[in-house]
Amino acid sequence: MAKVPVQFRLNGSDRAAFVAPADNLLTLLRRGLNEFGPKYGCGQGTCGTCTVLIDGELQLSCLTLAATCEGRHVETVSGMANGPTLHPIQQAFMEHFAAQCGFCTPGMLTAARALLEANPTPSREEVIDGISGNICRCTGYEAIIEAILAAARSGQVRRA
Amino acid sequence: MLEFRKDLFAAERDDNLNVVGKGAQRQDMPGHVTGRSPFFDDHAFEGLLHLKVVRSPHHHARIRHIDTSAAERAPGVKRVLRGADVPVNKNTLLSLINFGKDDEPTLAVSKVSYKGEPVVAIIAETEHQALAARALVRVDYEVIPHVFDVEEALKPGAPVVNETYPNNYFDYHDRYDHSKLRFGDVERAFAGADFIVDDRYQMSPIEHAPTETNGSIAAPEQNDRFVVHSCAQGLFFSLGTAAKILNLESNRLHFVGGTVGGGFGGKVDSLTEPLSILGAMMTGQPVRYVLDREEEMLYGSPRGAERIYIKDGIMRDGRIVARRIRSYFDAGAYTRLSSYAAIKCTAHLPGPYTIPNVSADIYVAYTNRCPSTAMRGFGITAVDFALEVHMDKGAEACGMDPMEFRILNAYRDGDMKAHRRVAKNTALIECVQVVADKTGWPLSDQARRQSSLTGGGGARADIPATVLDDNGRIGRPETRTGPVTETLPAGTMRIPMTKQPIMEGSAEARPTPPAVPQYEPYRPTPPANQPAYQPQPYQPTPTAPPPTQAAPPSPPSAPPPASAPPTQHGAVRFSSVFGTRRR
Repeated sequence: MAKVPVQFRLNGSDRAAFVAPADNLLTLLRRGLNEFGPKYGCGQGTCGTCTVLIDGELQLSCLTLAATCEGRHVETVSGMANGPTLHPIQQAFMEHFAAQCGFCTPGMLTAARALLEANPTPSREEVIDGISGNICRCTGYEAIIEAILAAARSGQVRRA
Repeated sequence: MLEFRKDLFAAERDDNLNVVGKGAQRQDMPGHVTGRSPFFDDHAFEGLLHLKVVRSPHHHARIRHIDTSAAERAPGVKRVLRGADVPVNKNTLLSLINFGKDDEPTLAVSKVSYKGEPVVAIIAETEHQALAARALVRVDYEVIPHVFDVEEALKPGAPVVNETYPNNYFDYHDRYDHSKLRFGDVERAFAGADFIVDDRYQMSPIEHAPTETNGSIAAPEQNDRFVVHSCAQGLFFSLGTAAKILNLESNRLHFVGGTVGGGFGGKVDSLTEPLSILGAMMTGQPVRYVLDREEEMLYGSPRGAERIYIKDGIMRDGRIVARRIRSYFDAGAYTRLSSYAAIKCTAHLPGPYTIPNVSADIYVAYTNRCPSTAMRGFGITAVDFALEVHMDKGAEACGMDPMEFRILNAYRDGDMKAHRRVAKNTALIECVQVVADKTGWPLSDQARRQSSLTGGGGARADIPATVLDDNGRIGRPETRTGPVTETLPAGTMRIPMTKQPIMEGSAEARPTPPAVPQYEPYRPTPPANQPAYQPQPYQPTPTAPPPTQAAPPSPPSAPPPASAPPTQHGAVRFSSVFGTRRR
């Protein structure tokens, strides 16, 4: 099948690629653009490791057709840090040991970012709800919840 | 004389490792939180090809014919691999340490023994093309009867799952149909016990379900080498396995890994590396073979199922005087690591308790299920669950508090374990006391006063006369000779010590270091001129009440006798997959 062109912004930079109509955004990012932040965990929208922001909204890149990203802004974990300065949520994850194998971490950080940018002072229940689409097999979630609450308490995450 | 400048890199030579009690940042954490940690799939290659395997839809079937012609002509297909393309198409993981026979093909040739067994590999330019071509492979199967139950598998006439082990059990050292433990005389103790508690336990297979599925990328590198990005938990174990299967010098493989997206034991089997490297060899291009989520859940090897029977003989005062265990490990269709799990299980019995009469038979059975593998404490976890549930039932049977029942029967420093090693650094009593304290569980003053450090040893360090009934004889039934019942003098061991032991089956028959005894079939008469010990002449044991263990003194009054452990047991260590280990 003929490929179609797609142009969009990725973490603030312009990108252009040719994709098959059936290609999903995850495949385009990983295999087309060498952006390895989002991971493949299930390919069916259940594990959350491929989580990205599209125009600020939380999306699963494995269920998003690449061609539908035309003209939009895709943000991944790779765009979170400001140069060498970590994002406050990244810093909180480091300080609270909120990662073990690290495979769910990019999706988890993205989900946490979406949560705090929409609601800078979430309750514990709201944090749990905010990461309910992301599976972590190692940590048991407790450290992750604590890290997100600590990032919120720091007051450094601004409403988007 | 060459002198290095010590002022350079001085900070890197700090030998002060005094970090206990201080917070330390994990060195991989910055990579994890920035998304830069290099998992195996996070590598870009120009011309990357994708490999998908055709899997058996049947639990057990003979392969009559494989037709890959349509798949080979499909768009984007670069290469189709069959069993005949694999240089050494039979392997067992632990063969690298000389344990077990090669029994598992990389790609099935004449038959499939579990649903999901790989038969054909397709390499194509895109994943979609590989999947489309996979659907075009025609395999003509003749379905044959299968067996799923471990005990059914061991019955005469059961379907032969794995031709390398035609009796459906793993042959330990080519001779023994199971792993065995004998200590004292359980039957006599059962006859004299006040209560018998008998039960059966079953654990299902458990999938590790890592968020990163199993996979690898192999690519031709300079100097005729191949670089392999792998999720393997044991990177060099995987390198050795791949080198053996592909008949390559191991220095032609450059494995890169160590960043594992969740393993838990499910990434030690080298499920993908041999085929991705073979694909790279055949096509001259990078090849990526990654299990999708469905394959990971259905065909990624799980923790194996286990069935465990436990029978305890308990006295009215709560002492367990006998414990008999029969356990079956479900290896699935191939051995992988189950043989090792069963040894760990045997070595763990009868749990952290001092029981004077113990008998255990642990079988590794082959069934037409997905081969099982390592997972967090495999070999121990299920049997511990069974033992502790059984302890509660035993406490109930003799009307004792379950915590006090455990303290009464707990092993203590200086006690002889069923493997004829003296227990050291025991702490079960203290653990139970702490749990009782933390949960507000009432304990008697007597139970509170108990300690693992006192009350052990003495009569509890004795090795009882050990009965070998017909069931206890080691070896296959047809090789069994000699009287049906044999009682060895207390304190003797059945493994003859030889001067220059030879590791069984070692490739060059090189004498291995001394103190590793050779396992031999049981011989009623010990050979003459044994260097290590002089067995006492056989003395019939006088008729006695059921052999019971001396109860721990309570409260402990005298200091524990400094009983020297029987010296002839010092050399034999029941550990490691060889069953013995130098210390």
